[in-house]
Amino acid sequence: MNLTLRIWRQAGPDDPGGFSTYRVGDISPDMSFLEMLDTLNETLALRGEEPVAFDHDCREGICGACGMVIDGQAHGPQPTTTCQLHMRHFEDGATVDVEPWRAAAFPVVKDLVVDRSALDRVIGAGGYITAPTGSAPEAHATPVPKEAADAAFEHAACIGCGACVAACPNGSAMLFTAAKVVHLNLLPQGAPERSSRVRGMVGAMDAEDFGGCTNTGECATACPKGIPLSAISALNREFLRGTLR
Amino acid sequence: MTPYLDYTVGAPVADTRAPAGPIEQRWDRRRFEAKLVNPANRRRHTVIVVGTGLAGASAGATLAEQGYRVVQFCFQDSPRRAHSIAAQGGINAAKNYRNDGDSVRRLFYDTVKGGDFRARESNVHRLAQISVEIIDQCVAQGVPFAREYGGLLDTRSFGGVQVQRTFYARGQTGQQLLLGAYQALSRQIAGGGVEMHPRTEMLDLVVVDGRARGIVARDLVTGEVSTHLADAVVLATGGYGNVFHLSTNAKNSNATAVWRAHRRGAWFGNPCFTQIHPTCIPRSGDHQSKLTLMSESLRNDGRIWVPKAAGDTRPPGEIPEAERDYYLERMYPSFGNLVPRDIASRAAKAVCDEGRGVGPGGQGVYLDFADAIARLGRDTVSARYGNLFEMYERITAEDPYRVPMRIYPAVHYTMGGLWVDYDLQTTVPGLFAIGEANFSDHGANRLGASALMQGLADGYFVLPPALNDYLARQESEPLDPGHPQVEAVRQEVVERLDRLLSVRGDRTPESFHRELGRIMWDECGMARNDAGLRRALARIPELRQEFWRRVTVPGTGESLNQQLEKANRVADHLELAELMCLDALHRTESCGGHFREESRTEQGEALRDDEAFSYAAAWEFTGTGRAPVLHREQLDFEYVHPTQRSYA
Repeated sequence: MNLTLRIWRQAGPDDPGGFSTYRVGDISPDMSFLEMLDTLNETLALRGEEPVAFDHDCREGICGACGMVIDGQAHGPQPTTTCQLHMRHFEDGATVDVEPWRAAAFPVVKDLVVDRSALDRVIGAGGYITAPTGSAPEAHATPVPKEAADAAFEHAACIGCGACVAACPNGSAMLFTAAKVVHLNLLPQGAPERSSRVRGMVGAMDAEDFGGCTNTGECATACPKGIPLSAISALNREFLRGTLR
Repeated sequence: MTPYLDYTVGAPVADTRAPAGPIEQRWDRRRFEAKLVNPANRRRHTVIVVGTGLAGASAGATLAEQGYRVVQFCFQDSPRRAHSIAAQGGINAAKNYRNDGDSVRRLFYDTVKGGDFRARESNVHRLAQISVEIIDQCVAQGVPFAREYGGLLDTRSFGGVQVQRTFYARGQTGQQLLLGAYQALSRQIAGGGVEMHPRTEMLDLVVVDGRARGIVARDLVTGEVSTHLADAVVLATGGYGNVFHLSTNAKNSNATAVWRAHRRGAWFGNPCFTQIHPTCIPRSGDHQSKLTLMSESLRNDGRIWVPKAAGDTRPPGEIPEAERDYYLERMYPSFGNLVPRDIASRAAKAVCDEGRGVGPGGQGVYLDFADAIARLGRDTVSARYGNLFEMYERITAEDPYRVPMRIYPAVHYTMGGLWVDYDLQTTVPGLFAIGEANFSDHGANRLGASALMQGLADGYFVLPPALNDYLARQESEPLDPGHPQVEAVRQEVVERLDRLLSVRGDRTPESFHRELGRIMWDECGMARNDAGLRRALARIPELRQEFWRRVTVPGTGESLNQQLEKANRVADHLELAELMCLDALHRTESCGGHFREESRTEQGEALRDDEAFSYAAAWEFTGTGRAPVLHREQLDFEYVHPTQRSYA
């Protein structure tokens, strides 16, 4: 199949940027979206033009490195990461818009590459359990109810790709922050830092350029790992509990 | 014959620094004999850690907790993205929670045997001992392992083993363990204990007066090439599976850090020991950029088969039971579908070579869950493997609940790596290698769920006391950043990058990588022979020359330039590939993942030659394309006596 791509090109954070149009032919339906961009980049490189920069690494949907807005949707039309989006979901002859994550907290580095380090700083402000190496008690000393362990796992599945922020009209990082708070606060091991964790992480989130949450729900729709919107209400409860006490 | 093949044999490895005495006491003994650094003095020592996977993140966090000044690097935009994150199936530990006969001794035994008697006993025993502490550590960090209804940890079986000692978090165990280590690291970054440099790639090692004193790294965003100095350098940069171009490694995983260290004096151990994983999604076309693993845990419940008749193109559902060959169950009745990876991979290749492979090009075998679904119900199967099934369906557009999966072996892991002693120190004093970057614990074949175990054992528990000992024995003098040797290394890196940018040829780095990968897969892949390896050894240097004549890298070095990054990595792959082939050529026996067609039993299994090859090969670099020097580390088996591996 053949596609026309309108790709956002931007030399650096200070460059205004704009769309460039490319035609890509010979696309196999079994290709991933990134493999399709690989073929475009090979062509550009051979012509001596600069290939389109984009973040990617594992290409199996787990590292969270890739992410682009495809036809207005974070990670495109399927509920998955861009690397796991296959070309069989596109119509032959279509025109497809490709843009970087758009959020105040994610400045563009180049083309489709953005700086998501704000998410790391949110984790650093409390998204952990303090357990220095060597200090751990025997693993079976504290049983964890299966329901709690399973729910913690579901929230821990977040890959930190930032699609929730990109999809949110406010550029809010509530779903990302909520996923980590819920994961750790559900576990008995996370209980001692339950309050300081939520206060620290919410504080760090507010200190970055993320917007506020208005319960639009776009974040959970865009999330390739299915982090539920209910995480945000749980975060709000935890925050209330952590600040009132 | 090229001069490269005329390698010379140097002095054998004289001392691995493994403590003497009963094997159960060696690790204790080392910890007691290791010198300590007063906590108040640790802040004065700077340690560089390169890489933030399981080994690197756990090491960085632990060293900072102990008070060292840690400066850490990763090429990804965040330390959370290192490729450990993609490990699916689980992590082994000799907890014996199932009361099924497991013990430290058995994990040790299984690992030495699984590695086909080419690993150092002292190291493997230590790994088995530490395995139990790792689970404790991870649970304390909040890693959400799978649990039973009573709230206790669940375990499952993995290949090559008859006990259930694999702890897991659905099909995302690597992710959860890495996030635990990343969170511990993040706590240290926020607290100032670790100075983190993301999007920064190590391009060379600084060695001054025979000791590792720093690295040269490139900021991938600004292009700035800078020098970072320290009292010790730790490489946690992963394996070199991407030499094969198509592998289950991440696209950006590369061998530059270990290869540059090798060129600066660190010997390279067993480079030909590479692992081909039996259960990966087959290639779909030439556009393929990487291969995706389907966790080995699937072999717990999935049954592997091909049609009995060659050329049978009927859809799987139309092939009656009597015309199916469940070949692993037939050939290895006691381990069945759970034989070790090397054996399962070779068996898959053998049936495909007989023309009984399935799917496009006949490069695939079925992994069938119909029996498991009938026995356990769809919900149970979904709870165990749901995310893997979804991943498979996304990639292939086939529903594994209804149609058997198609799988084929792919390059997955490298047992070889920088040669290290018992303390994980390379032959360059002050340079340590941990995790997949070293060669230490898996011999010629790694058992499933043991990579996560080794990465975390090295980072959390083995490296910190070893580093204490090293630093306590050194006179710590600050190194002048203007030292001529430091500047010389930086200058070399700059010149190399300039050279890559200035060729302006007519082939992309990717095209060279693809061609190299094809050579390696064909001649140094699942089966190797003398003629093929010699062909590869003739072709690789030609390809390397062509690379430096014809490669094209658009853009400049002063900004984000992913083609430049790629070109630099491919240049190193083109050198390492040659050493892998030479090592494979010189080791005329078969062992583990290294299968020499000339050396097999009557049943077609790998035939070791313990008389001639009961050693680890440690190669010393002498120049690009010049014959290296082989140093042998003799392996003595005091506790597990080498036998022909049998899983029948």
